[in-house]
Amino acid sequence: MVDITLRVNGATRTGSPEARKTLADFLRDDLNLTGTHIGCEHGVCGACTVIVDGRAVRSCLMLAVQAAGSEVTTIEGLAPDGGLGTLQQAMWDSHSFQCGFCTPGFVMQAAAFLGDHPDADEQQIREALSGNICRCTGYQSIIDGVLLAAERNREQ
Amino acid sequence: MKLPPVEYEAPTTVAEAIDLLAEHLDEASVLAGGQSLIPLLALRLARPMVLIDINGIDELSGVSAVGGRVTIGAMTRDYVAEVSEAVANTVPLLAAALPLIGHEAIRSRGTIGGSLAHADPAAELPAVARALDAEFVVRGPSGERVIPAAQWFEGYLTTSRRPDELLLEVRLPAARRGTGISFQEVARRHGDFAIVGLAVSLVVSGEVISDARLAFAGMSHVPVRAAAAEDLLVGERPSAELFDEAARRATDDLDPPADLHGSSDYRKMVAAAMVRRGLRAAADNARERQ
Repeated sequence: MVDITLRVNGATRTGSPEARKTLADFLRDDLNLTGTHIGCEHGVCGACTVIVDGRAVRSCLMLAVQAAGSEVTTIEGLAPDGGLGTLQQAMWDSHSFQCGFCTPGFVMQAAAFLGDHPDADEQQIREALSGNICRCTGYQSIIDGVLLAAERNREQ
Repeated sequence: MKLPPVEYEAPTTVAEAIDLLAEHLDEASVLAGGQSLIPLLALRLARPMVLIDINGIDELSGVSAVGGRVTIGAMTRDYVAEVSEAVANTVPLLAAALPLIGHEAIRSRGTIGGSLAHADPAAELPAVARALDAEFVVRGPSGERVIPAAQWFEGYLTTSRRPDELLLEVRLPAARRGTGISFQEVARRHGDFAIVGLAVSLVVSGEVISDARLAFAGMSHVPVRAAAAEDLLVGERPSAELFDEAARRATDDLDPPADLHGSSDYRKMVAAAMVRRGLRAAADNARERQ
């Protein structure tokens, strides 16, 4: 066990995970933040994507102990007041999900990308989301949602 | 799957890391970005007793361009190199390859040294290092060694780093005037491992090719140079006929692996097409940059 302190969604959290525990499992099991989904568990599907120190990362490919001292944002932290943020609302309006399993990963990857590239076009968004797998939607509605969010962000 | 139980060390200096490596030798794995090692642990393809996490060693990160070459610390993350002006201005071949590594979230964590030490023959950075004759600086209990790329890649996922040595940095030569580059890749999905990849660097001086470097990814158990094609190209003027002949020679003596993504013959066909395409793109690039 290793004692760690980190910031998750703006709050200071502590824990004592085993070294082998991934950040994904730590968020879900130790912090009860089950919005982060675990799909393939070896870095292929992107479902567990969270934002660590401003960058999208796969939380199944990072140990919890490596997040000590970091600022982590999970899907629960995107709209802390319980409502929906601009990106989430735009994805809702565009029917960007079906079963919903991959959704948190797509939303976090898109959030990180739009933060750095507010003027991204469709091709750039496709490229940025190319590491996330969805087995329901065929992706088009997801791309539409992120494009709509980018548009609404620019209008604000 | 969940990772198997493993001991964990997090040194904060190179000296501490080397002490730990010397203590644990083959039973240790060095954890850099973790984008290859963690999956290997999850899939039980690697079973180290100890992880030596070098993420806390600040001196291993950074990019510097000094004296005609770029030096990249082993823990430098892919995305940092991707946006580095020093890389873009001095090693354009590396700059072209970096965006093709995995996906954005992989490049957030993945490191230059990690990929080169992991030595996956289908990965982009080993091909770039082999094409440019990069130098690898390792340090162990008995001191430092500088290993040329031709000797670094020994086999599938195997380098000439000894178990008690740590990769500190990689040195890449700055592109000379008249250099044109291209990184070609064919993958089923952008970001996936290449079925075949090709790093090309040409120097064109006064209409004639004075230096030619071609290195394949995915064509062997290590990244391989297309020496016969390089020999043909040097001293010649770029032309479609020349590039056709180079494509034949580049793939003649290769026996690429077969897997579910493609047969050996298919890989050879793709590789030949890639040589033509890569040479054309590199020659165009050289013209544009003159």
